[in-house]
Amino acid sequence: MELYVSEYSRYVMALLMVLYTYECFAVFRYGEEKRRGGIYTRQKLLMFAFHFSCFLVICFEKGDIVYLFFYAFQQIILFAAATLFAMLYPKINRLVVNNMCMLLSIGFIILTRLDMNKAIKQFIIVTGSLVIALVIPFFVHKFKFLKNLKWVYALVGCGALSIVMILGQTTYGSKLSYSIAGVTFQPSEFVKIIFVFFMASALYEASGFFEVFTTTVVAAAHVIVQVMAKDLGSALIFFMVFVLMVFVATRNYFYLFAGIAGGSGAAYIAYRVFRHVQVRVQAWLDPWSLIDSAGGYQITQSLFAISSGGWLGLGLCKGTPEAIPVVETDFIFSAIAEEMGIVCSICLIMICVSTFIMFMQIAAGLNDKFYQLTAFGIGVTYIFQVFLTIGGGTKFIPLTGVTLPLVSYGGSSVLTTLIMFSVIEGLHMIKQEEGAKARVVKRKRQETNYDETN
Amino acid sequence: MMKRINPTAKKQKKNREILLVTWIFSLLFLSMAGYIAYYSVTHQQELINNSYNGRQKMLLAQNRRGKIYSADGEVLAHTIVDDEGEEKREYPYGNLFSHAVGYASNGRLGVEAQANYYLINSNAPLSEKASLDIRNEKYPGDDVYTTLDVKMQQVAGSALGVYDGAVLVTEPKTGKILAMVSRPDFDPGQIGEIWEELINDDESSVLLNRVTQGLYPPGSTFKIITALEYIRENPDTYQNYHYQCSGAITRGEDRIQCYHGSVHGSVDFTRSFAKSCNTSFANIGLSLDRKSFADTLDSLLFGQKLPVSFHYGISRVDVSEDILDGDMMQISIGQGTTSVTPLQLNMITCAIANEGTLMQPYLVDYVQNSAGGKVKEFLPVSHGRLMSQEEAGILKGLMTDVVEEGTASRLKGLSYTAAGKTGSAEYGTVKGDSHAWFTGFAPAQDPQVCVTIIIEGAGAGGDYAVPIAKRLFDAYFDAQ
Repeated sequence: MELYVSEYSRYVMALLMVLYTYECFAVFRYGEEKRRGGIYTRQKLLMFAFHFSCFLVICFEKGDIVYLFFYAFQQIILFAAATLFAMLYPKINRLVVNNMCMLLSIGFIILTRLDMNKAIKQFIIVTGSLVIALVIPFFVHKFKFLKNLKWVYALVGCGALSIVMILGQTTYGSKLSYSIAGVTFQPSEFVKIIFVFFMASALYEASGFFEVFTTTVVAAAHVIVQVMAKDLGSALIFFMVFVLMVFVATRNYFYLFAGIAGGSGAAYIAYRVFRHVQVRVQAWLDPWSLIDSAGGYQITQSLFAISSGGWLGLGLCKGTPEAIPVVETDFIFSAIAEEMGIVCSICLIMICVSTFIMFMQIAAGLNDKFYQLTAFGIGVTYIFQVFLTIGGGTKFIPLTGVTLPLVSYGGSSVLTTLIMFSVIEGLHMIKQEEGAKARVVKRKRQETNYDETN
Repeated sequence: MMKRINPTAKKQKKNREILLVTWIFSLLFLSMAGYIAYYSVTHQQELINNSYNGRQKMLLAQNRRGKIYSADGEVLAHTIVDDEGEEKREYPYGNLFSHAVGYASNGRLGVEAQANYYLINSNAPLSEKASLDIRNEKYPGDDVYTTLDVKMQQVAGSALGVYDGAVLVTEPKTGKILAMVSRPDFDPGQIGEIWEELINDDESSVLLNRVTQGLYPPGSTFKIITALEYIRENPDTYQNYHYQCSGAITRGEDRIQCYHGSVHGSVDFTRSFAKSCNTSFANIGLSLDRKSFADTLDSLLFGQKLPVSFHYGISRVDVSEDILDGDMMQISIGQGTTSVTPLQLNMITCAIANEGTLMQPYLVDYVQNSAGGKVKEFLPVSHGRLMSQEEAGILKGLMTDVVEEGTASRLKGLSYTAAGKTGSAEYGTVKGDSHAWFTGFAPAQDPQVCVTIIIEGAGAGGDYAVPIAKRLFDAYFDAQ
C-alpha cells in the first residue's frame, strides 16, 4: 500500500503542479482581474490538492499521523491568509496571493520532510509574518509621504548594514546576523526593501546626473559593506536593483551599459582582492577537483541530489537531500528537485517567473513614477534573488548563498518577502484606483464629445 | 481616432524599459530551466557512480545488485545470499571474464563499473516490490545483458595460453564486443582476499585491462596507417611505388633494419606491405607530408577521446612538422615513442572492414528488469567515417595479400578468406625482444568478425599471434 502511494503520488504531484503552473500563465490572457476569477479558483483547488497529497505521502512514509495535524494547521493559516487578503482588500491581485500561498506550502512540505522542528518554527514565523503583511497594503495605500523619506531610507539602510559589519568583525567576520532576545535577525534582508524605497524616492521626481550620482554613492556604500561582510549574494542584489532602477528611471541605455561595465570591473577587482570570492568562482568552475573542500563539497552534493531525482523525483522521504550542507536555506531547490523531480522543480521556477511578470505588469500599469519604480525595484529584487539561489545551487552561476524566497527556511527571509509581496498588493490597489479614475475621466470626455457632436 | 490610439502608444513607449527587463529575466530563467533539465538527465549515471554520492549506498540497501549475462544467456555475475544472510558477488567463470565483467567491491571495474547504475536500480514491477516489502526482502536490481560470447571468450583465453597479452574480438558491422581477454588475470570473486596483493604488486599490473588501457608499441601493424597516409597523398600513383630493399636504410645516425635481418629485394607498394618491409616503409615515411600525416592521425582518433563508455588509454603518435627524419622513420614502422591500445587498433581495423565507417564498440546490449521487460536497449551507433570507401577498399586488398602471400600465411587456404596485418613490436633495450601482434578480419569479401591480438614478449606476430587469430576465426565460423 505504502509503495503504491509513493509510486503513484509522484505522477499526481507532477500533474497538479503542471496544471497550477499553466494557470499562472493563463492569467495573462485576460487584461482585467475580474475576468480571471475562474482561474484563481482552479488554482486554489490545485494548490489544496497538491499540498494535501504531499502531506499524505509524508504521513505514509514517516508512519505518524501527527504530520496530518500539522498539515491541517498549515491549511487553515494559508486559507485564512488568502481569504483575509481578499476580504480586506477587494482590489488586490490574486495571482500574487495564490503564488505566495503555493510557494509557502511547497516550503512547508519540503521543510517538514527535512526537519520537523525547523518546519514548526518556520510555521510560527510565517503565521506572525502574515499578520504583519496583512496591514502593509493599507499603509502603502494611505501613506503618501513614503516618497519623501529619501534620506531616512539611506541612513537606516547604511546604518543597519554597518552595525552588522562591526558586530560581524568581532566574530571573525563570518556572521551576517545578530540575535535580540533569542530571535535572530538578518538585517540585510530588510534593508533590501528600504533600499528599493530609497532608489524610488531619489529618482521619481528627476533623474538627471545629480540624482544618479547621489544614488550611486549610497548604493556603492550598501554594496561595499555587503562585500566586506562576505554576503556576496546581497551585494549582487543591491547592485542589480541599483543598475536596473536607474535604467528604468532615466530611460537611458548609457546607464545600463555603464552599470554592467562598472559591475563587471568591480566583480573582477573583488575576485582579485578577496579570497572568499576566488573560492566561490573556483568551486563553480570545477567543483569536482575541489570536492574535498567546503565549497566544492556543497555544490557537488547539490548536483548529486538534482541529478538523482529524474523527471518525477525519488518521492518524498525517499532521497537523501540531508547530505547537502545547509540544505534548508541555500539548497532547498536541490532537495525539491531530488524528491519531487525535475518537472515539479521547473514548475516552481515558472511560478516564480509568473509572479515576477505580474509584478512587472503592475509596475508598467502605474502612472505615478514613485510607485512604478517601487514595484519595479521589488520585482527585480525578488527575481534576481531567485536566480542567484537556483542558479548557484545548480552550477549555472557561482554560488552566492542566498535563500529561495518563501520556500527556504529562515525568518528574516520569509518576513521580508511577505512584506515585499504586500507592498506590491498595495501598489496594485493604487493602480486599480488610477485605472478607475482614468476610466471616469475617459467616460466624461466621451460624454462631452458626444455632447459636442450633438 | 488619434485621441484613442495615442494614450496606449505613449504608455507602451513609456514602459519599454520595464518590458525589456521582463523579457531578459524571463529568457534567463527559461535557459536556466533548460540547463537544469538537460544537466540532470545527462549526468544522472555519471553522478550516481561518484564515490562521494551517498545515494549509491541507499540504493544498495534497498535493491539487490542485478545479474550480468553473456549474449547467449549465461550468468557471468550474480549476487547470492549465504546462510548468515550475507551478500556475496559470485562469478561462475572465475578468471575468464576478470577484466571484461570486472568486480564491484574495492572499487569497480568492467561491466560492473560501466553498468553500475542499472545494476543497483530496480525497475521490478510494483506488485513484486510490494510482496517483497511484506517479506522484508530487497528488490531485485535490473539485469544487464552483455554482447560477450562465452565460447569466443573461452577460445581467446585458452589460445593465449601462458602468455600475458590481450585479445579483442568485435563485430565490425555493429561494434559489438564478443570477447575481451587481458592477461595476467585474477578471480573477481576473490577480489577482497587478493586485493592487498594485487595493489602491492607494481610489476605485473594485473588489474590493468590491457585491451583498453594497455599502451604498446604497435610495430608493423602501424604500417596500415602509414600506408593509408601514403595512399591519401598519392591516390593515383601509389601503385607505381618501387623500392630496392637491401635490409637496412640509414639517415644520418639513424638506421632501420628489416625484421631479423631479412632482405626483401625489389618491392612494390603491395609487396612492401605484405612482407612488412621495414626499410621500404621507412623510405615511404620520409616522403610523407608531416602536417597531413598529423591530420590523418587525428582522424583515426589518436590522442583523442574514444566513443566508448568504458575506461581506456589514449593512444599517441608524436607527429609534427618539426620532427627529425630518424623519428619519422621509426614512426612509419610503429616503433619509437608511438603507443597504441589494442582497442584503438581494433577500431581502425573495424573501420577498414566496414567500408571506412566506424561503429562504436560496446559491451552492454540491453538491460532488463526482473519480469523480463526491457529497461534500456543499446543499439549499434555509427561514429562516422574514419576513411573513404575507396581507401578502406585499398587497405582491405593490401591486408588480404598479407594473408595470401605475406607474413600471415598461416591463415591461407581456409574455408574463409581472412585479411589482416602482423606486427612484431620491439620493446625495451634488449634487441630482439618483441610483442607479437595481429589485427584483422574475416571473411575479407564480407567481414563478420574482427580480431586484435597482442602477445607480450612472444616474438614474431606471424608465428604467435596469427595462429590465435585462426583459432578465433575457426570458432566463430564453426558456430555459425
